[in-house]
Amino acid sequence: MDLGKIYKNIFVVLFFSFVLSACATQTTTKKMDGQMQGDVYTGTDTVEYLADGVADRVFFATNESVLTTASRETLRKQAAWLRKNSEITVVLEGHADERGTREYNLALGERRANSAKDYLMTYGISSSRISVISYGKERPVDSGSNPLAWSKNRRSVTVKAN
Amino acid sequence: MINRNLIIILLLIFFPLKATALIKVDITRGNLSPLPVAVASLFSSEEDKKKLNKELKIDDIGLEISNIVENNLQQSGLFNPLDKEAFLQKPDIAHLKPRFEDWALIKAQALITGKVNLQDNRLRVEFRLWDVLAGKEMLALAFTTVPKNWRRVGHIISDKVYERLTGEKGYFDTRIIYVAEEGPKTQRVKKLAIMDQDGFNTKYLTLGNELVLTPRFNPTNQMVTYLSYFKNLPRVYLLDIETGIQEVVGDFAGMTFAPRFSPNGKKIIMSFAKDGNSDIYTMDLENRIVERITNHPSIDTSPSYSPDGNYIAFNSDRSGYQQIYVMKSNGKNVKRISFGKGLYGTPVWSPRGDLIAFTKLHKGKFYIGVMRTDGKGERLLTENFYQEAPSWSPNGRVLIFYRETKTDSKGEGFSAKLWSIDLTGYNERLIETETDASDPSWSSLLSN
Repeated sequence: MDLGKIYKNIFVVLFFSFVLSACATQTTTKKMDGQMQGDVYTGTDTVEYLADGVADRVFFATNESVLTTASRETLRKQAAWLRKNSEITVVLEGHADERGTREYNLALGERRANSAKDYLMTYGISSSRISVISYGKERPVDSGSNPLAWSKNRRSVTVKAN
Repeated sequence: MINRNLIIILLLIFFPLKATALIKVDITRGNLSPLPVAVASLFSSEEDKKKLNKELKIDDIGLEISNIVENNLQQSGLFNPLDKEAFLQKPDIAHLKPRFEDWALIKAQALITGKVNLQDNRLRVEFRLWDVLAGKEMLALAFTTVPKNWRRVGHIISDKVYERLTGEKGYFDTRIIYVAEEGPKTQRVKKLAIMDQDGFNTKYLTLGNELVLTPRFNPTNQMVTYLSYFKNLPRVYLLDIETGIQEVVGDFAGMTFAPRFSPNGKKIIMSFAKDGNSDIYTMDLENRIVERITNHPSIDTSPSYSPDGNYIAFNSDRSGYQQIYVMKSNGKNVKRISFGKGLYGTPVWSPRGDLIAFTKLHKGKFYIGVMRTDGKGERLLTENFYQEAPSWSPNGRVLIFYRETKTDSKGEGFSAKLWSIDLTGYNERLIETETDASDPSWSSLLSN
């Protein structure tokens, strides 16, 4: 009987590894196609570009305003671009997803935009060139009511102001 | 303007000698057997009917007013207005002296009768409330107003009846200010709107050119405070809804938001966000002095005064997540009061002072609930995919809030609507609005 169980388990394991190997290529493409790490959006669906290779936005985890490694890389590129184009000023627009109360989300959006601003400043961009506005949950880019849509909406977007 | 046009001239005709033996409605628990009440059409002479029809384009104003009363009483969940078809006695005769047996026969326990006539181009209204089983008059009132205020007549009668039968002030002669919403979810157009508590007389106060959020009434007058993104600078504004004059509140170098009035209407309390940190400030509307109330690196927002003005409930994430705190109005003695599972936001102090209403997020669901001011006795009234921002009726018996729907797999099907629920957790109702709606705020009683 015990042996039977073991065989059964082996069978299940084998079966799964078969399924996994069969789909391996598909899952990777799906991941690259714009999914999440933890609950931070890592895709490029909604991203626009300030200049060649300079993405305009960074994404956040739920309730968080901490910059991820990927976000810091994006912001360093933005800083380099801003240093090269010293006449440009920007607005950082902070946003939250729809799963929070309106007022708290306004504060959270402001906190997110400021954490992006602080990072740009540590890379030499003067605070006089950066203004900040929070839209809270008022301006989602994705109207979906699912974790992926929410992850795209938790963002700080750098917008050229002049 | 409205109050000046309405004068209650005759405070009663006959008051009952002994009130104790008369009917009483218990509003402290969910009312599963609402009181059967007959609301007779208010009668008027054919001549007055014609004149009023000319002015207001209404065939039978007395009938319309009685319908307003019926609707209000029914919406409260405490009363069951009976079908007028079943009435045996004519309204004009009943108003003089009801044949109580006739009303008892159709199972009415309370009866409302009245008449409307024109006097010097003013509307004169009188009504009586009768206890059918005791065979006694409980209340009689008469008042005059300008004809165009006729809907308010229905609300005032409803308030007087509610008060006489429940022992507590009503909430029908009130208005709701809210944000009217239109357009796709990613590009919502939002306008300030105001309507009577029953959804009539909707007026739009802004054009939708800029984003507006979270309007709140001054409890003492017809001023409103709200957040506007005028010129892309999100700031708290003050608006006089009678004159339409508005102004920015204070001179802050950053976003101000989450405004509310103090109970005496003389201060605005709000959040000011600077460098990623939101703290709570007040501004005195008379001397314009700004005071900082909290000073903490976390988010402090959604402040709401206790009705005596001595305490402030607010929302902070200083513990790591959104929770509700209470402090003295000078910012001292900050205490966390929410300790249940989940996140808590939007504390709003009841006008009765004993409860704080809130929004709670737990395991992906949103709840509207109430807790005592020390955080004990938490009661969740309603659960939904998304709902928030409760606002109290002036008598502290009903909460109005808004709900948003989940979109489908294509991101479609979004809507935002106003809902109300009794403090008991019963009588949940959709409040009809012309457009989608959010951020409701309930006014005080317009008349007393």
